Amino acid sequence: MSRSGDTLFFETPVWVNTWAAAVGTKEGQGPLGSYFDYVTRDNRFGKKTWEQAESRMIGLACEAALAKTGLELSQIDCALGGDLLNQCISTGFAARGLGLPYFGLYGACSTMAESLILGSVLVSGGFARRTLCLASSHFCSAERQYRYPLEYGGQRPPTAQWTATACGAAVLQNEKTAVGITAATPGRVYDPGITDAGNMGAAMAQSAYETLRTFFRDSGTGPKDYDLMITGDLASVGHGVVTELFRRDGMELGDRYQDCGMLLYDQSQDVHAGASGCGCSAAVLCGRILPDLASGKLKKVLFCGTGAMMSPTSANQGESIPGICHLVCLEGGL
Amino acid sequence: MKLDRKEYRALCKEQEPSSPSRRTVPAAFAVGGALCLLGQVLRTLFENMGLDEKAAGTAVSISLIFLGVALTALRLFEKIAKFAGAGTLVPITGFANAIASPALEFKTEGFVLGTCVKMFTIAGPVLTWGISASVVYGLALWLAEVMG
Repeated sequence: MSRSGDTLFFETPVWVNTWAAAVGTKEGQGPLGSYFDYVTRDNRFGKKTWEQAESRMIGLACEAALAKTGLELSQIDCALGGDLLNQCISTGFAARGLGLPYFGLYGACSTMAESLILGSVLVSGGFARRTLCLASSHFCSAERQYRYPLEYGGQRPPTAQWTATACGAAVLQNEKTAVGITAATPGRVYDPGITDAGNMGAAMAQSAYETLRTFFRDSGTGPKDYDLMITGDLASVGHGVVTELFRRDGMELGDRYQDCGMLLYDQSQDVHAGASGCGCSAAVLCGRILPDLASGKLKKVLFCGTGAMMSPTSANQGESIPGICHLVCLEGGL
Repeated sequence: MKLDRKEYRALCKEQEPSSPSRRTVPAAFAVGGALCLLGQVLRTLFENMGLDEKAAGTAVSISLIFLGVALTALRLFEKIAKFAGAGTLVPITGFANAIASPALEFKTEGFVLGTCVKMFTIAGPVLTWGISASVVYGLALWLAEVMG
């Protein structure tokens, strides 16, 4: 393992053993519906509260991931994950059922990338044979904490995003597989001064641009070296801003640059600018990107988890919305 | 490329879709107008049933609040409001929804700490201002009477 600038390089890659995604009904009806391992018909997952439902969804994603390669929980040394709720209760309560050493993470919607970076560091440093990395969000539990009750008849602005009901879980290890993590850039926090909580894509876009630029500088590579550069949940507004910022630098990202928030739903699902939430990037990674890397369809991918580091309290206090973006470089067909 | 906040804001503005006002404004006008018409129909009905003007007005408010709460509980209000926007928000139906929706949403935290505590989280400011304004209005009226 070495470091250049902000970027960590794993000369011996950290390998991805298995992955799975569990999602809600709306996500199952979206364009990626058939790629997910578990699509619920009941967004309550048979539970009494939305928070319990989210915990159950996390449990289901972990079970599905382990079942794929026949791993036992005893073969995993620690779990790292988080969600959007206060005190990360969904993941904490799910970890109660896992019985593993557990790190609760909060990186807003960038949590999946954050857990992959930290999980890789633990494996690469020899402190764990295998780590379970996960992130989740549930529309109904997030909505009641960040915005309005579900039954409230308010309007969402066209720039608003839809918190995905989704969870992605992946197991990293030191034994070789077809997919590896070869580099990672932990993000710095940038605040372009956006105060509208209904426009988080714009608030996070700068951090995505800066982290990508940092990574290109540290690695001596450019957009052309990757099959796919994918941000977490910038949605249509943030995606447009990042594209334009690179264009002004003289770099055309083109179709290689996509955003998970624009892939999860289609236009008819009325989600305005697109999807958001930790589960959005986690599920797109585990449902779509990792399988494509394993099959060799994709060779080199930059997975950039984006997060808005705000809360209803900071928004009410008139604070602007700081953004963060963690980048993970994944290579397939190795 | 380094942008200052103003330039960044301008760049975001270019990417932001604008509200589809051509659809939303007429929808709000039509639904809001229909609710007012319903109010007037109810008022005439109540007056014909023998209620005086003031009692009929109160009965109309009660009926529309009941309608708003009932539609909220049936999960229909949010669907109508999605189409109607301010058309359902501004009339008294919106106020009823603002109280009923958190009452329903937070019942998982218990009747006292959930429903009762959270019931006024959205409508609270309306109540605070309404009650405060009525006190000021009452004082002004009383002063006007005392001063002759």
